Amino acid sequence: MAVRIDNVRLIDPAAGHDAVTSVILENGRMMIGGSGVAAAEIIDGSGLWLTPGFVDLCARLREPGAKMHGGAASETRAARAGGFLHLVVPPDTQPVLDSGALVTQLCERADAAGYAKVYPVGALTKGLEGKALSNMNRLRLAGAVAVGNARAPFASVETALHCLEYAATLGLTVFFSPEEPSLAKGCAHDGFTAARMGLPGIPDTAETIALATQLLLVEQTGVKAHFGQLSCRGSVELIRIAKEKGIPVTADVAMHHLHLTDAAIDGFNSFAHVRPPLRSNEDRAALREGVKTGVIDAICSDHQPLDASAKLAPFPATEPGMSTLETVLPLGLQLVREGVLSESQLIAALTCKPGDVLGIERNTGWLLIDPLVSWTVSGETLLSTGKNTPWLGQTLQGLVRRVFN
Amino acid sequence: MHRSSAHDASRLQLNAQDRLRHFLTTEGLSRDQLTEILDTAESFIDPVTGAIVNRPLLAGQTVMNLFFEPSTRTRTTFEVAAKRLSADVLNIDISKSSTSKGETLRDMLWNLEAMTADIFVVRHGDSGAAHFIASQVTPKVAVINAGDGRHAHPTQAMLDMLTIRRHAGAFENLTVAIIGDIRHSRVARSEIHALQTLGAKEIRVIAPRTLLPKDFDQLGVNVFERMEQGLADVDVAIALRVQNERMESALLPSSDEFYALYGLTRDKLKYAKPGVLVMHPGPINRGVEIESAVADGPQSLILKQVNYGIAVRMAVLSLAVRGQIEQR
Repeated sequence: MAVRIDNVRLIDPAAGHDAVTSVILENGRMMIGGSGVAAAEIIDGSGLWLTPGFVDLCARLREPGAKMHGGAASETRAARAGGFLHLVVPPDTQPVLDSGALVTQLCERADAAGYAKVYPVGALTKGLEGKALSNMNRLRLAGAVAVGNARAPFASVETALHCLEYAATLGLTVFFSPEEPSLAKGCAHDGFTAARMGLPGIPDTAETIALATQLLLVEQTGVKAHFGQLSCRGSVELIRIAKEKGIPVTADVAMHHLHLTDAAIDGFNSFAHVRPPLRSNEDRAALREGVKTGVIDAICSDHQPLDASAKLAPFPATEPGMSTLETVLPLGLQLVREGVLSESQLIAALTCKPGDVLGIERNTGWLLIDPLVSWTVSGETLLSTGKNTPWLGQTLQGLVRRVFN
Repeated sequence: MHRSSAHDASRLQLNAQDRLRHFLTTEGLSRDQLTEILDTAESFIDPVTGAIVNRPLLAGQTVMNLFFEPSTRTRTTFEVAAKRLSADVLNIDISKSSTSKGETLRDMLWNLEAMTADIFVVRHGDSGAAHFIASQVTPKVAVINAGDGRHAHPTQAMLDMLTIRRHAGAFENLTVAIIGDIRHSRVARSEIHALQTLGAKEIRVIAPRTLLPKDFDQLGVNVFERMEQGLADVDVAIALRVQNERMESALLPSSDEFYALYGLTRDKLKYAKPGVLVMHPGPINRGVEIESAVADGPQSLILKQVNYGIAVRMAVLSLAVRGQIEQR
């Protein structure tokens, strides 16, 4: 049945719309105006926004994997509540997504739950061991939207080169989360906070050395590449140079890296233990500027739900990761209020720009958003199985009121 | 935006009256709070003989030594301190207990609490372990940090402060240099916080870059890479233990080369003030971080440190129990 929304602010960056208008929504399709269409329901959209459904380039559902941390049903439900109707899932599940059957099964499980569409990234190497090519064609046919090695290292640069050559042959996009393992043995940004707290550090070069190597291989092979969850100024600079050279790359940053710095780990706050680690003020400023100027295409959730026990240990022994799907929208709105991004820049970074990375069709469903309503982040308000967020107990502004798809 | 801060972390060790109920770190404590620890420790030292006295302040209380890392000296001094306060002492050998069977640290703590411990003395290889344990135990149990990862070793720092106060005089007049493996040292971090709060004139660290943490000068210390400059006009020189596993690695080439560059020798001590006092948290590696003639020489306070260690641990145990009782 058709629904009419009057006086709503339609923000649809791909179509160049940002204006208060009336719209008709029917079967997930949106039409501006539509006064002649019979509507079963009329909503007063005063003060509300209508935007396309969000596309997340990195969310872990913990399926297949340890059920105590979450599952396809619980996490896609949380995603929908947070506005994400399309989710890219990295291949570092347990077992890893290196077979067509596992990819198909994951898509079917998410479809059966019916909250959001899942786009698995197939494993680039068998078992993510970084040694042997996976059956990428089988993965593609089973529904893998791209291939990648998550945070797992390659056995050698030569192996990485061949992986990219093969993926390029099949026309597959490669997703990278760049990390040089020998420099990434710590648990916090290698800066003053970690030095003071006596925590082993991870320097930004752990990311930029891997990123630089991978960019050179991308240039050499011509494969389409996406670099996810970048955390530092040096990475923004490398992506900018690559784009200027015309190398076919895109990039994203996790919303929490646009908000928090390593100061958040002070007091051994394990909820702020993430990988890549929260970095310096300077890094955060460069990441914000990167999104603003378009060097960084998209903002992802980097959702990693964890059971409470995973965070109940001395800081270095806790598992890294934040449950984030339900806080991306309010944190994004905070960036708008702080003047970091315009409304349409924010919505573009959550909708059409990540959609373009995947090459998915424009019609991604619609969200009716209340940008001002306050709510408190708590174990009860979060639908995700993971309650592991440093925003627990805080009052944030902005909520998805309704989803049309 | 809400987040826990260093202040909150330090706050965890105080009761509603701002008095110690755990002892986790010297960071964030006030000058009065640190001075109270030193004064209490002094009260356990016989002013005439210098011997440590017995006080039955913890009669009926149980102190559990939980050492997740091997230690003989620190564990023994805590045991002696607890017994001089008439507490019962239980040493739990963690390597033989259930964490090696996959039980989580938290589950293990709850089981030990059920055995009615009043005080946990904890050493653990992970930075933040003592904070974590203090945040998890029931309110009546006091947690004393006997060393957590690279983060803090507050009782060692306070016994060093007592040694300095008794032998070198007012902190305001002192330049103190800490030498060696700063990167891995919980002792150095706790000493720096204590020296700053107690008002030391200048704090220096001297180390090769491989053993210096990033941006360490932001802590308010002056960083030196050479002994000649670092020791100039120093009143107190503290050599840190360099673990053998650091040698012949990517951090240090050999103990000989470390000794040549950073070993505290009679020759290098000539750069410092005449009468410079020498300290070391022990156990010492002779011929690696310190020359025998310096360790055993007239300017060495190393054996005094061990003796004061008992008085400081008695002070911390008794103050934490008082803080717990006030809280109830």
